[in-house]
Amino acid sequence: MKILTTLSRADAGEALVAGLDVVRDAERVRRSIGVVGQKPGLDPAATGRENLEMQAEFYGLAGAERRRRVNQVLARLGLSDAGGRLAKTYSGGMQRRLDVALGLVHRPAVLFLDEPTTGLDPEARADLWREIERLAAAEELTILLTTHYLEEADRLASELVIVDRGRVVAEGTPEALKSELRGDTVQVELVESAARDAVEVLSRLPGVGDLAAEGRLLRARAADGAAAIPSLINALEQRGVRVASATVARPSLDDVYLRHAGRSFGQADAETEEAA
Amino acid sequence: MTALRHTRQVALRYLRALLRQPAWIGISLVQPVIWLLLFGALFKRTADIPGFNGGSYIEFLTPGVVVMLAISTAGWVGMGFIDDINRGTMDRLLVTPIWRGALNLGSVAQSVLSIVIQSLVVVGLSLLVGAHVHNGVAGVAVLLAIAGLLGAVFASLSNGVAVLTRQRETLIGIVTMVTLPLTFLSSALMQESLLPGWIRWVARFNPVNWAAEAGRTAAAVHPDWGLVATRIGFLGLLLLASAAFATRAFTTYQRSI
Repeated sequence: MKILTTLSRADAGEALVAGLDVVRDAERVRRSIGVVGQKPGLDPAATGRENLEMQAEFYGLAGAERRRRVNQVLARLGLSDAGGRLAKTYSGGMQRRLDVALGLVHRPAVLFLDEPTTGLDPEARADLWREIERLAAAEELTILLTTHYLEEADRLASELVIVDRGRVVAEGTPEALKSELRGDTVQVELVESAARDAVEVLSRLPGVGDLAAEGRLLRARAADGAAAIPSLINALEQRGVRVASATVARPSLDDVYLRHAGRSFGQADAETEEAA
Repeated sequence: MTALRHTRQVALRYLRALLRQPAWIGISLVQPVIWLLLFGALFKRTADIPGFNGGSYIEFLTPGVVVMLAISTAGWVGMGFIDDINRGTMDRLLVTPIWRGALNLGSVAQSVLSIVIQSLVVVGLSLLVGAHVHNGVAGVAVLLAIAGLLGAVFASLSNGVAVLTRQRETLIGIVTMVTLPLTFLSSALMQESLLPGWIRWVARFNPVNWAAEAGRTAAAVHPDWGLVATRIGFLGLLLLASAAFATRAFTTYQRSI
C-alpha cells in the first residue's frame, strides 16, 4: 500500500497505478490517487472545511471551484453541518469520514482505503460501508480497499485478492471464490465430546466431505446441506452420539480463506497480531 | 508560484492553530521576560567592569536575550512534525503533490512570526526599564530581521532532526544540549572583548554569536553596517543549507517506512 501510494519505495520490482509507474511517474500518480491511511490523516486543530481546503490547495484547486468541491464532498460524506467545527471535536466515525473526504477532494481516479473501518463501532462501520458503496457509484472511482474483516470484503468487493503471509493465495470475485467451494458448510455441536466416533460415522455418509472436528464442534461440507442434516443427525444418534445443535451455512469467505491459506482466518489473524 | 502557495497554506495551518491557543503566546513570553529582568538585575554591575563599552548592562543584554529567545523558540518547532508523523497527518501530506520544501518553510514562517512578536515585547520592555535604541526603528527592524533569520535556521534544523528521529525525547535532548552551550559560547551575555580567549575563538564560528554581534551593532551609536551585512550573509547561507537538510530529510523518512 505504501509503495502503491508513492509514500515508500520498493526494494525491487515495479508497480503501475492508473497506468503510471509509481517511481518514475510518482508526481502524476499522486495526482490521480486519493489515499485514506490506517491512521487518521486529518489535522485535529483545524476545522473540517479548513482541512479540505488545505488538501485541495496542494492539488491546485482554487477559488470558486474549490469552494464548490469542498461543499460537495462535505455533503457527500454527511459532514455539511460539522464543516465549521474543529476536527478534534468529531466522533470517531466522523473523523474517518473526513479522512475519506480528504482522499476524494481532488476527484482521484483511484482511491486507496487502508483498513478504513478499523476501530469503528459496528454502527459507524455500517455507515461507512454504505458511504463507500455510494461513492464507488457516484464518483466513478476504482477503490482499492484492504481489510481484516472478511464480511467487509464480501460486501464491498467486486474483485478480491487474499494475501496470506505476503503472498497472493487466491483472487476472483467473492461469488466465484465461494462457488468454487461446492456445497454448504454444515456445523454440528455435540452434547459431549465424542469427536472421533462422530468423524468415523460421518465419513461413511455419502455426499459429506471435508470433515473437521474441534472439541464438541464438527464441521463438514455437503452438496445440499439442508437435505444432509436429517440423515447426518440420524447416523450420529444411532451410534449414541447426542447432538445439541446443527446449522447449515452457505460458504462464507472464511471458508474460502480456510481453504486457500490452510488455516482459519481467526488463527492467522492472531498470529499476525502476535508477530506485530 | 506553486511553491509559494503551498508554503503559505502550510504556514496558515500552523498560524491558525497558534491563534486558537492565545494563552500559548503569553506563556512563550514568560521565559525571555524573566531572562531580561533577572539577568539584567543579576549582572547589573557588569557595566562597571573596566573595558565595558558604555551603556547599561540591560541595554547590552537586550539583543542577547532576543537571540536567545529566537533559538529556544525555533528549537521546539520540530515537535509539530513529530506529532504529525505519529498521528498520520504527515503521511497523508506526503502522498499529495505538495512541494516538499513547503512543509518546512511553512512551519518556519510561523516560528519566525512568533519570534518577531516575542522580540518586540522584549525590546519594548527593555526600553521601559531605561535602555536606549540609538538607531530608532531601523535599528530595531534590523535586530528583528536577524533574530528571524537565526530562528529560521534553527527551526529548519529542528524540523530536519524531528523527521529523521521521530522521537520527542531525542529532539528534547538535542535542543537542550545545543542551545545553552551556543548561547554561552557567544557574546549574547558578555561583551566579546571580555570573553576568555578560547571562547572568543570558538564564537567566531558560532551562528548565535553572529546574530548577537550584528543585532547589537545595529542598535549601537555607531553601527558597523559592514559587520551586519556579512553576518546576515553567513546566516542566509546557513538557512539555505538547513532548509535543504530539512527538505531532504523527507526523502530519508520515506525510504525508512
